Order: sequence, then structure tokens, then C-alpha cells
Amino acid sequence: MYELADVRKVFDDGSVALDGVSLTVGRGEHVAFIGPSGAGKTTLFRILNLTLRPTGGTLRLDGIDVATLSGPALRRARMRIGTIYQQHNLVGRLRVVHNVLAGNLGRWSTLTALGSLVRPREAGQAARALAQVGMPEKLHARTDELSGGQQQRVAIARVLIQAPDIILADEPVSSVDPTLAVSLVILLRDISSESRKTLLMNLHSVDLALTYFPRIVGIRDGRVQFDLAPDKVTAELLEELFAGHADEEREVAALRAGMSPFGRACRPLPGFDR
Amino acid sequence: MAGPVGRYPDSTGRRAFRYLLIAAVAVTFVLSLRTAQVDPRLLLDPQALSNVARFVSGALPPRVDREFLAFLVRPIAETVQISVMGMVLAVLIGAPLGLLATSSLTWRGILHERATRAGRVLGGLLPYGLARALLSVFRSIPEYVWAFMFVRAVGLGPFPGVLALGVAYGGMLGKVYSEILEGVNPRPLEALHAAGAGKSGVVLYGLVPEALPHVVSYTLYRWECAIRASAIMGFVGAGGLGQQIELSMRMFQFDEVLTLLAVLLALVGAVDFVSGRVRAKVVG
Amino acid sequence: MVRLAAIPALRWGPWLTAAGVVALVIWSYHGTRVDVATLLSGEALGQIAAYVSKLFPPDLSPRTLRDALDGAVETFAISLIGSVLSVCVAFPLALTATRTILYRGILYEGQRLGPGDRAVRLAVYAVAKSVLAVLRTVPEIVWALIFVFIVGLGPFPGVLALGVHTGGVLGKLFGDVLEDVDPRPLEALQSTGASRLGIVLYGILPQALPQFASYALYRWEVNIRAAAIMGFVGAGGLGQRIHFAISLFHEQQLLTLILAVYLMVTLVDALSAWLRARLV
Repeated sequence: MYELADVRKVFDDGSVALDGVSLTVGRGEHVAFIGPSGAGKTTLFRILNLTLRPTGGTLRLDGIDVATLSGPALRRARMRIGTIYQQHNLVGRLRVVHNVLAGNLGRWSTLTALGSLVRPREAGQAARALAQVGMPEKLHARTDELSGGQQQRVAIARVLIQAPDIILADEPVSSVDPTLAVSLVILLRDISSESRKTLLMNLHSVDLALTYFPRIVGIRDGRVQFDLAPDKVTAELLEELFAGHADEEREVAALRAGMSPFGRACRPLPGFDR
Repeated sequence: MAGPVGRYPDSTGRRAFRYLLIAAVAVTFVLSLRTAQVDPRLLLDPQALSNVARFVSGALPPRVDREFLAFLVRPIAETVQISVMGMVLAVLIGAPLGLLATSSLTWRGILHERATRAGRVLGGLLPYGLARALLSVFRSIPEYVWAFMFVRAVGLGPFPGVLALGVAYGGMLGKVYSEILEGVNPRPLEALHAAGAGKSGVVLYGLVPEALPHVVSYTLYRWECAIRASAIMGFVGAGGLGQQIELSMRMFQFDEVLTLLAVLLALVGAVDFVSGRVRAKVVG
Repeated sequence: MVRLAAIPALRWGPWLTAAGVVALVIWSYHGTRVDVATLLSGEALGQIAAYVSKLFPPDLSPRTLRDALDGAVETFAISLIGSVLSVCVAFPLALTATRTILYRGILYEGQRLGPGDRAVRLAVYAVAKSVLAVLRTVPEIVWALIFVFIVGLGPFPGVLALGVHTGGVLGKLFGDVLEDVDPRPLEALQSTGASRLGIVLYGILPQALPQFASYALYRWEVNIRAAAIMGFVGAGGLGQRIHFAISLFHEQQLLTLILAVYLMVTLVDALSAWLRARLV
């Protein structure tokens, strides 16, 4: 699905966010990205979901170089990729039903989109998506009245409506409390496996990554440090990845000691169960 | 509260109220169309179109000969001067009234916890009420109404314009000043009060430093409006550019009008620029 | 030689500004011939007092009251329709005067515009912004004069003048709101493959519209005051009646009309505040 070849991204102010990333992700794979803050994970995701252009290297989506895409072709490509952000995905003042149905915007004509704002089209579709994420009763609530965790679920419902082939989740659970975080990660994983979607997730928590994903990519300073199965990810590799970032180092140390911030003692660096 | 999919689950009462409100607005709108004699067809009427042509052909090219431009220096200067003196007067009127119209200064809040009830009413509530009423009258009567009343009272020229601007804008400034003062964060004030500061101490060390940037910023913003207002007041004889615009319009000298409007545009732009720079320096 | 600017204690900036302000005030004082002495002396105050006494008591005869009521209703109508017209004028102009909708920012990241396309959009932006500047700088009363010249006397030119002038003011305010919208939900919408128009409809407008309504209602308060004055140049309403009263030296009728203006303004202020509160 994705082929990155030496992708670079330099911003206007000169800062180098990505310094030569090469990676291949196949259809239906589940991949977790970990690394310290500022490592370039979010920039990578923005390039993967076609909202930013790389300044160097190539990104191919199903064999097509994305640099050649523009206009309607670009939009069609974006339609195939569903993104969940850490927060502020949704338009607070709109009701949940509209935020969920916005997943259709790639398909709908402008007139249809406008009409739906007045009277929601295919509200049944939205209700079903909300039921899948466990909150059918919130269909007509105002979005900014929901909690952070609930808003993330609405964002997931929107992705369901969009029905993409690829789901990118950029730190979807970092602003959500730990008990909820596990269920959200499992939800995304189940949704992806059911319809054989490719799932890429940026995670702040190493523990979650190692437990639920069969492939872990470590990013630091805009480069890939390692790309391994979780049982091959050693404590030394993690310490190197997070060197110099105190908070994350503490988490790694806790993992070493067999304790998890998510309230379950975990075996040190386990394999995971599919 | 899940209704049938596709309908919003408001209570019937709220929905009825909303429909009633919309109906009332619609009816008012339609009636107003008739009262205001709105007739878009008039715009397309041949007479109207020929008037537009007359206006445009008369206005272009604008009159820019030296004699006229030299003649304009006085009205331009006068407009600026009226606006400046008007603002000075407005601050002189608005500041004391605004202070009195601040409830947290006159009868409410931490400064008055120890006062007796009678003391609060007589010494506080009464002047507060009077100040608020005065400010309301000052700012609800438009400045040109004040202007022509002052013209009647003290004669033509820039002086009545200054007075009118001072009174009308004084009312506006006073109201906004009191809102700024009331909106100040009360906690540093409580701390000062608890440390033993008297009323004046709390005001000087707590209120003023907090409120001053906003006060200055808003006053400068109002200056820009004052320029426009001074131009308008000329229409009732209070000097400045407005008087000249009215004269030229009445004599159908549209080329002069165009120049005057361009001058006004430039003037407002300049004031906007200066005011913006000073505000940035003050607030930043 | 020590450069004066290098001495930290002598910061020129604020002192220069203060000196400039003082100079401006003194110059204005002389220019407007504000004679404080005369003002505070008996003479000017006496003149004002004499005039004020001629105003009282207000003329409350049925004919005058009827006239004032008609005028008030007409002024109200002028301000209402004028405000509605101004929103219709401001909306399209604001959308084209917002860089982040036309050619910059989130909507255009990830996709380059051709140079010809970009030039056209920049031109459209420049034109829209200039039009707005002209509309709002020409005072309403001048617009009223122009429209009276074009369509004749009566309240209609007043409506047009208000619509056009306030349209310029609101257009600028609306444009500021549009540029300051939170870009994060916009990015999320973009990633679903929505078209630019879709993002505007689902992301920008829901954020902006409540603020638009608030500004429009606030301008209504300004418009009611303006609507009254335009009568001076023949555009109907209370202003026209006030002009007659002044010209015919009917001071007591004048006071009644001024009271009517005051009541009208207070009413609209209250309505506007109430509606704005319900919006939030």
C-alpha cells in the first residue's frame, strides 16, 4: 500500500522534521509508531494522509507517486485514508450527527452537503456508526458538550462512514484517560481487522504499542531507528530511542520493572496475542 | 432523549417558542419592507440609471487643482482638531462618570464590606444610579443631535462639534470604562485589601494597572470613529469636512465630492494607522 | 561619543509618543477655538441654559405624538431592512476578502495553485478588500445623499445607504472572524477528502456564523442611530421630522422627537443585547 523512499520534510523555517524515512506497509497490516515527542511522527502521518507534501524523496500509494496527484485525484486518494487526531478533530458547534456524516463529504456534491446541514441525509447510517462505537443516544447532542473520550469515538464513527482502506490514528488516546484508552485502541484494531483495513497508529504509550500491534516502528529525530516485531524490541533499543527525554525514559524504566501505567502488570516486553 | 432519527429532541415548549420568534421576526421584516418603501425596481428605473450616469460623469475626474486642494487644508485640519478636542472632552466627561458607574467601586464588592447599609445606599448606590442614567442619556442621543442643539446654543463653527462629540462619546467611553473596571480580576484586589490597603490603595495598585491598557486601547479605537463623526457633524454646521461635502453635494459639484471623499478615506486610514501603532505600543 | 539611544534610562519611544500627543492636543485646542474661559464663564452656559429652557416642556399633543410614532416606526424599519441588506452585502465580500479561503492556508496545503490561478485570486482579494474599504469609509450620510440623488427622497435611499455602508463595516469584521477560525477541525475534514467548499461549509462556517450574527446584531444598535440622522438629507424617519422642527423653530416638538429617538435607541439596544445573549 504505502512505499516511502527516503522521504524528507523541511519546513519553511528551516527545521528538518523528517530526515530520510524509508518504509513499506502492506495491505491489512497493523503498525504502531513510537518515539519521543518532536521525533517527526505527526509530520510523517500528515504526509501519509496527503495533507502535507514531502520536500524530498517519494511516497507511493498503491504504486502511484502522490506528488503527481492534485485536484479531484488528490481528493479521491484522501477519501481512501481516514485520519483520527489527538484532539480537535471535530467542529464543536455542529451536532454529532453532522460531524459523523461529514465522513461522506468526499462523495457528496456541495449541494447535498449543504442540504444535509439543514436536514441530515442518511441519518440512519450515522446512527448505526454511533452504535458501533457504543454511543447511539448522542446522535443529536452538540459535539462540544461531549467528553474527550466521547469525541474520539465520534471521530471514529466518522471514519466508519468514510469507509477508507487505510486508517491513520495520530496519538488518538493521548488525551484520554487510561481505562478508556485501551478500549479505544482495541476498537480501532477490531474495526480494521474486520474489513481488512491497514491501520497505522502513533502511540505515546510504549506499553499499548507493544501489547496490541504486531509491528513496531521506532522514530527518532526524523529517522527510523528500528522496525521490528514486539518480541524483538529490547529494553536497550527503547532506552536508545527515548534517550534524553525524561518522561518517556521513566515509562520505559517502569516497563522494565514489569509495571504498566495502564494498571496491569505486564510481562516484560511480551509478544502479543492476535 | 432519543427522538426518531432525524428530528432534534427539543421539548415542545422550546420548539414552539422558537417558531413563534421566527414568525415574529418574519412579520416584522415584511411590515418594515413596506414602511421603508423598499422598491428594488426603483434602482433599475431609467430615471435612476440616468442619475447614476450623471453622478459618475460629474464625479470623474475628481477636482484636484491647486486652488481647491489648498482650500481644503483648513477643513481637514479642523476635522482632526475637532476629533482630538472632542476625545479630550469625552475622556474628561467619561472617566469620572465611568468610575462612578462601576458598581464594584461605589457600593458592591470587597471595598464596601464594612460600610453600613445607609452609607452604601446614599454614598454609593445613588451616585451610581445617577451616573449610569446620565451616561445612558449621553450616549443614546446621537452625536449630531447634540451637535445641532449645541449649534443652536453657542453658534456655528467647530466649538459645538467639540461639545457634541465630548458629550456623546463621553457617554460611550464612560460605559465601556465601567465595564472594563468591573471585569478586572478581583483576586489581586482581595489580596491587596487583605494586606491592609485602603480604597485608594486598592484602586491605584490593583484596578488601574490592570485596566489601563484596555482603557487606552479602546479610547484610541474610538478616536478613529471620532474622525468619521466629526466629518458627519459638519452636515449640521459644526465645521470640518462634512460641511464642505454637504455644500458641494448641494451644488452638484460631484468632482469636488469625490476629492473630499478620497481625502476622508486617506484621513481615516492615517488615523487608523497611527492609532494602531500607538495601541500596539501600549498593550504590547 | 556615547550614542544616546544606547542609554537604557532614556527610552525615546514612549516620551516621543507622549510629546506628540500633547502637541496634537494643544494644536487642536487652538484650532477649534475652544475657549475654556468663555465656556466656564456665564456667557456660553447662559446661552445653553436659555436654549434648554425653550425645549421644555415637550409637546405632547396627539398630533405631535402621532407624528413622532410614525417617524419612530419608519426609522425602525429603515434600520432593520438596512441591517439585513448589509449582511447580504457583507457575506459574499467577506468570503472573497479572506486570504485563507481564497489562496492561502490549510485549504491549499498539499496542493499548489498555478501561477495564473494564483494571480487571479490575489486580484479578486485585492478588489474585495478595496471595495469594503470604500463602502465603510464613506459615511452613511454621504451614501444617503448619493442615493437620494439617484432614487429620490424618502426612506428607501436611507435603507440603501445603511446597507451599503454597514455592509462594508461588517464585511471587514466577518473577514477577521473567518481568518481566525480554528484550523484543526479543518485539517481533519480535509483528510476525509472533502472539497474546499465542503470544508468551508462544515468547518469554517459553523465556527463563524454565531460570531457573524453577534456582530450584525451589534451593528443594528449603531444603525438605529444612523437611521435617525439620514432623515436630515431627506431619507425619512425621525431625522426628517427633526429637520423640519429645527427649521421651523418648533423647539418643544423637537424635544418630543428627541425623546422618541432616545426611546427607539434604548429599545433596539435592549433587543439586540437580548438576541445576542440567546445566541450564545
